[in-house]
Formats: sequence, structure tokens, C-alpha cells
Amino acid sequence: MRVETVPRRGEKPRRFGSPRPSRAAAWRKSILGAVGVLLVGGMWELYKFIGPEKGFAIGDLILLPRTNDMSMPHIATMFARLAEPLTGAANSIFMWQAVVDASAFSLYVAAVGWIVGVSVGLLLALVMQRFRTAQSAVLPWIILSQTVPLIAIAPLVRRWGAQIQFGEFVWENWMSVALIASYLAFFPVSIGALQGLNSPDTNHVELFRSFGVGWWKTLFRLRIPASIPYLIPALQLAAANAVIGTIVAEVSIGLKGGIGRMIIEFAGAAGGDPGKPWAPIFGAVAIGLIAAGAVGILALSVRRYRRGETNA
Amino acid sequence: MTRQDGMSTVQDSTTDPKTDAAPAAHGPAVAAVNVGKVFEGQRGARVSALEDINLTVERGEFVSLIGPSGCGKSTLMRLIADLDQPTSGELTVFGKSAHQARLDQDYGIAFQQAGLLPWRTVRQNIELPLQLHKVGKAERAERSSELLNLVGLTDFGDNFPDQLSGGMQQRVAIARALAESPNLLLMDEPFGALDEMTREHMQGELAHICAETGAAVVFVTHSIPEAVFLADRVVVLSPRPGRIRAIVDVKFTGATERTELLRESKAFFSSVSEVREHLHGSADANPLGVDN
Repeated sequence: MRVETVPRRGEKPRRFGSPRPSRAAAWRKSILGAVGVLLVGGMWELYKFIGPEKGFAIGDLILLPRTNDMSMPHIATMFARLAEPLTGAANSIFMWQAVVDASAFSLYVAAVGWIVGVSVGLLLALVMQRFRTAQSAVLPWIILSQTVPLIAIAPLVRRWGAQIQFGEFVWENWMSVALIASYLAFFPVSIGALQGLNSPDTNHVELFRSFGVGWWKTLFRLRIPASIPYLIPALQLAAANAVIGTIVAEVSIGLKGGIGRMIIEFAGAAGGDPGKPWAPIFGAVAIGLIAAGAVGILALSVRRYRRGETNA
Repeated sequence: MTRQDGMSTVQDSTTDPKTDAAPAAHGPAVAAVNVGKVFEGQRGARVSALEDINLTVERGEFVSLIGPSGCGKSTLMRLIADLDQPTSGELTVFGKSAHQARLDQDYGIAFQQAGLLPWRTVRQNIELPLQLHKVGKAERAERSSELLNLVGLTDFGDNFPDQLSGGMQQRVAIARALAESPNLLLMDEPFGALDEMTREHMQGELAHICAETGAAVVFVTHSIPEAVFLADRVVVLSPRPGRIRAIVDVKFTGATERTELLRESKAFFSSVSEVREHLHGSADANPLGVDN
């Protein structure tokens, strides 16, 4: 676990240990990150330059992919395509606008799925922490739940959803997608939170017992703060899972308007317009980054709970 | 058992609102009568940790528990703290059941590990028990300032535990144990993880703090000089099952202040030898075992 120590207001000079991450280190990190991205792009272009135009295959086994402009468009082509109109029609919006719209929709669905999944995951973790029997009964099911392929449950969820109707409320397809996203998102949260809630030493638990306080106070003052270092990576995983779940479920449920559907639609267009399939892929990457970044910002607000353990 | 005449009246008074200087109920700080503890192991294995413990700790008295590893000295302290329950005999704390004494916060406790919460500053760690018992903010701040001063960490109130040395962390833990002005302090090898120099320094400070607060102390240790230096009485336990083998009165004539000079005195050495003789004396001694 990385320990973040950040200067606080009015802090006295440190007497012992705890190196503070310097500004230079932060810069180095961002530069290295950028270099990594450029390196991938550079390798793409390098292979396109030196690789065989028609690829290389033994029988049906393709060993080297083709490098012609249709199969491997230049990176510049991919980005240029974003700035061009979506279709040939005179009043067409730009490609990037279409991608942003679809991404925003998918991100919204993923966020709903994340919130539902995180809530369910936390609730399950709390119940399992409180009741040992619940842990024995529920934990195997939680793990089993993740072995069911997404493709199998998507049509089921859609069919069940179609039968739900209370008064004004009508179950819509995007809700099925969000539900499937939450199905993937709850898993890391329930496991991570349970581990975190159980993380305080006997030492600390007995201290709270000696204070004569009950389960709830121990929960709020000890277990939840102690669970934060376990919870943050779990929430990040949940965000990534929610995005993947959304994109895959959009495809298998057939929800229109999202980035998943767009990826499938545009993949067919690759023949005459090699830059086009890459546009929604950039959108999907952007959603993933935004989701992970949002949790990262959330993590900043609770960083004091991520301090190193006491070095007694 | 006619010993606890005052008990019924005492338990009726437990509804009293808890105050800082709660005059704890009648009776000595700790009274153990024929206390025994048997741990039920797997497959019906029974391990007898303590047998026939008869011990009274008076108010304001400093009692050290000493014995070989696994003799149950920590277990005895845990029984007093109501972290475990005796399987036989009767144990009362200030005339009430250990359970009631825990709920009434009659004791403060410090373990071998300082056990500070890493996300709380030193000051917030000291205020933790007060906060849990809904003491007002201003009162909390005042009390923690007092305690920071008492343990000599006034300048470190806003630091986090990971910025402190082991000895300083242990001092914070002691300050936390003292937060609610308990009349009884339970300490389980609180200096066990410290180096010898820090340890002796901390012993001096603890003696000073105890003299100032007037609390009774039950102090578990396996260091003979530490037990003798700090205590009014040293209780020597035998190896498992733990029984009280001897109780050594440590009276340093004319030296109520426990200072470094004491360590050089003849009285100190003779008490150390006496405790050592009791500890190693009998032939059935089996000093090897699992520490509790």
C-alpha cells in the first residue's frame, strides 16, 4: 500500500521519518507516464513502417499483422478522423461530438451502476463483519456470482426488467445495463471492505472494548477508518469494472446511445474509413480514465486515513 | 463469602452519571478471591492458566505482576480488565464486578504495543476515550493539554503517531489511559518493546505520573528491576498454572520519590535479589512456555 503523506496547515517540522513526496518526484511521475503513452504510439508507427505490407502468415496462422493503411491506420489518421464530420451529410455533427455524447451517456450509466454496486458491496461487507454466520453463508455466493458470464445474465436481466412496472415507473433498458455494471462493481467492494473492516488488530479492538463502547461506535471510530486503505483500491477496481460492465452490457442488451454500441457499429465501417473504429475506442479509454480519476480525487479527501501504521 | 458486604449497595449506584473524579465505589481497587482461569482448547483440551489467585490491590497502590513466560500474568490483568472472564472464584474492581467496572470506565489500560490510531494526531488519540464518551470539545481540549504536559509531549500534540519514536508513542498511550482520570491503571508490559535506556527513563516518568495522579496500578512485566523499581508490592507468579508464589513488599525507607538514585541503593538490590530468589527458587520451575 502506498502511503501518502501530505503537508498540512500549521504543521510542525517533522522529527522522525516519513519522507514527503517532493514536487520533483511528482513531475518525474507525470513525465514518465507521458513517455509511456508516446512509446506505445511510437511502436505502432515503427511496426507500421518496417512490418510487411501484407503481413506474414503460415497457412492460416497469422504471425505478423498487415500494416496497410486499412488495417493499421496512422495515429494521426485516427485523431484527424475525430475532427471530421460523422457522416457525409451536409448537416452532420463532428465525430468528436458524437463520441463525447456517447461517452457521456455510458459514463452516466456506469456511474449509476458504480453507486448501486458500491452501496450493495458495503452493505454486504458490514453484515458479514457483524455476523460471522452471515460471512460463512454469503461469501461463497459472492465469489460464485462472479463466475457467471456476463453474456449469460444480460438477456435475463433485460427480460425480467421488461416485466417491472409500478405506476409511472417503467424499467428502461439503460437500467438493465446499470444493473449489470453494478453486478461487476459490487464484488471488489464487498471483498475489500470486509478485509478492511476486519483489519484492526486485536489490540485496537480490545482497547475499544476496554472503553466500554459497542459495535456501532467501534465501527465508526475504528473499523471504517481502518478500512480506508483497503477500500480505495476496491473502489477503483469497482469503477473500472462498472465501465467494462456498461460497455459489454450495452452490446449484449442492445442499448443504443452508448459507447459500446458505437464500437460495434463503427467496427463494421473499417473498410472504407480506417480511422472511424478508433474514435469510440478513444471514448472508452477516456471514460475509464475519468472513472478512475474520480475515485482518485475521492481518495484525496480521506488521505489522512492512509497514513502508515505506527512504528512502535 | 461474606467479604463483600457493601456490594449490593454499590451495584445500585452504577446509574450515577460518570464524572471525571468519580469517587469509585467502596472496596479496594482490585480484590481477587480464589480466582482461576481455564482455557478450553480444541478437542476438549483444557489449559489451566491461573489457579487460586488471592490478591488485593489497595487504592493508590502500585502492584507489579512478575513471572516466567506463560505464567498467566497477562491473563490475570485481562481478567481485571474484563477482556476475559474468570472460570472460578470471584473478582471485584472497586467493589463491583469487573464487567461493571469496565462499563463505568474505572480503569485505564495500556498494552505492550502503544496501539495508537495512525489517522489521529497525538492529541486526538489522547482524546479518543473522552470523545467516545461524549465529553464536550472544550473540556476534551483542556484535558488533553494537561495530559500532554504531564507526559512531556506538549510540542507534539498535532503530530501523527508515525512521526514519533517508540518511547513517545508509549507515552501517548499512557496519557490516553489516564484521560478519564481512572482510579486504576492496568499496564501489560508497556515498556517491553523499548530499548533499555528509554525504558529506564519511562519507568522514572511513570513513577512520577503515578505519584501525581494517585491511581492504583497493576503492572505486568518480566523485568525484575522494573517490577522492584516501580512497585509497592511485587507479586511473583509460578509457571503454569499460574499461582501466587510470593508477594514481596518493597519498602524503601525514606525514599518515597523513585529516582535514578534508587537504582543504586542497597535496599533496591536486596529487593531485586529477594524477587529473583522467589522467581527461580523452587525446583518445579519451568520457565519455558508460551507467553500470554
